[in-house]
Amino acid sequence: MNIIISNSSDKPIYDQIAEQIKTHIINGDLKEAEMLPSIRNLAKELQISVITTKRAYEELEREGYIVSVPGKGSFVSAKNKELLKEARIRIVEEKLLEAVSTAKTVDISLDELQKMIEILYEEG
Amino acid sequence: MTPVLEIKGLRKEFKGFGLKNINISLNSGYIMGFIGPNGAGKSTTIKLIMNLLKKDEGEIRIFGMDNIKDEQEVKNRIGFVLDENYFYEELTVEEMKWVLAPVYKAWDEKTFKKYLKDFQLPPKKKIKELSKGMKMKFSLAIALSHNADLFIMDEPTSGLDPLVRSELLDILSEVIQDENKAVFFSTHITSDLDKIADYITMINQGEIILSMPKDDILNNYGLVKGGKELLDRDIRKSFVAIKENQFGFEGLAKDRKQAKKMFGDKVVIEKPTLEDVMLYYVRGNQNV
Repeated sequence: MNIIISNSSDKPIYDQIAEQIKTHIINGDLKEAEMLPSIRNLAKELQISVITTKRAYEELEREGYIVSVPGKGSFVSAKNKELLKEARIRIVEEKLLEAVSTAKTVDISLDELQKMIEILYEEG
Repeated sequence: MTPVLEIKGLRKEFKGFGLKNINISLNSGYIMGFIGPNGAGKSTTIKLIMNLLKKDEGEIRIFGMDNIKDEQEVKNRIGFVLDENYFYEELTVEEMKWVLAPVYKAWDEKTFKKYLKDFQLPPKKKIKELSKGMKMKFSLAIALSHNADLFIMDEPTSGLDPLVRSELLDILSEVIQDENKAVFFSTHITSDLDKIADYITMINQGEIILSMPKDDILNNYGLVKGGKELLDRDIRKSFVAIKENQFGFEGLAKDRKQAKKMFGDKVVIEKPTLEDVMLYYVRGNQNV
C-alpha cells in the first residue's frame, strides 16, 4: 500500500492520509477485515506526528471505513456496498467539477463538454 | 492519565531575566518540541526540571513524582542530553561509560554497544579529542542505554550535521513506538520539529507563548501576503504580527480560513512553517 504525502499541499496531512486509505479501500487494494499499520508505525514510516495519523484513523472510523479494536489495531470494516458506491460517486463528482471549471476557463460550452464526455465514455 | 512531565507555575528570577509562570504538560507516547530564540529560557527550564538549578516557585512532577523529593528514582528513568558537557575530558569513551553505567539501575550494555557502533564512536578515544558532534552522540548513546521512559534533551541537534540530525529524529520516532515513552526536546532548529513533533511549546523572554499540537498550528495559522492598502487598525489587530515593506505586507494570522474569508482573492495565503510562527511571535513582542 502506498501513501504519499505532500507538505506543500494546502490539504492537512491527516486528510491526505485518510483520502488515500479510502481510495485503497474503495479500489480493493485493502481488503475487508485487513489490518492497517499501527498509528505509531505509520507515523514513524512517514516521518510525521502520531497525532496526525491518529486523527486520520479517527476520521476513517467516523466515516465507517475502518474499525479500531483497542489493544488489537485497526481493520478495514465489513464492506458496506452503498457506502463505497457513494464514495465513488463523490469522487466522480469531484473530478467532473474539476473538468467543468477547467473547461470554463477556456470557454468550452456545456454542449461541447458533454460531447467530449460521450466520446471518452464510449472509448473507455 | 498522569502526565509524564507536568510543570505548574514555575518561576525563577535572575538579574535581568526570569522565567514567569511556566506551565507545561506532556503525556507518554508523544514528542514535544520546546522552541524559542536564544536566551528565551529553554535551557533554564530544562535545568530546573533536572534539578540543576533551584526554582523560586512552582511544581515539577515527573512520572507523577516530585522532581526534587524523588530525584534519585526520577532520574533513573530519564535519558538526558544537556547542552553543556558534563564529562571528564581526560577519560576515554569507555572509561567514562564505566563511571556512568553504575549510576543507572537499568543499564543496558548491549544497547550501548550497538549505539557506539551505529554512531561510530571510538571507545579508546579521550573525550577531549572528540568533536562537538561526537560528544553529542556519546551523550545520546548514554541517554538511550538505560531503558529511560522520558527523554529530556537540550538542543541535541545543534552542532550536528543534517545527516546525523535526521538519524536522531529516526531514533526518536523509534523511541515512541513504545507508547509508554515520551520525548521533550529543545531546539532552535525548528525544521527538525516540522516533521515528527506531536506538540510544540514556544517560549520567549521567559514566558510560554503557546503550547499545542503541532498540527493545529500548521493547519490553522496562515501566512498572509498582500497590498498595504488592505490594512486598517482592526485588521492589524487580527494578526499576530505584520511585516511591511515598500511593496506590500506579510502577516501571521491565527486562523487561515477566517483570513481567506476576510480578504478573498486579494491576498496570497500560505501554510506557515514553525520558524515563521516563531519569528512572528518573537518579533511581534518586540514591536509592542
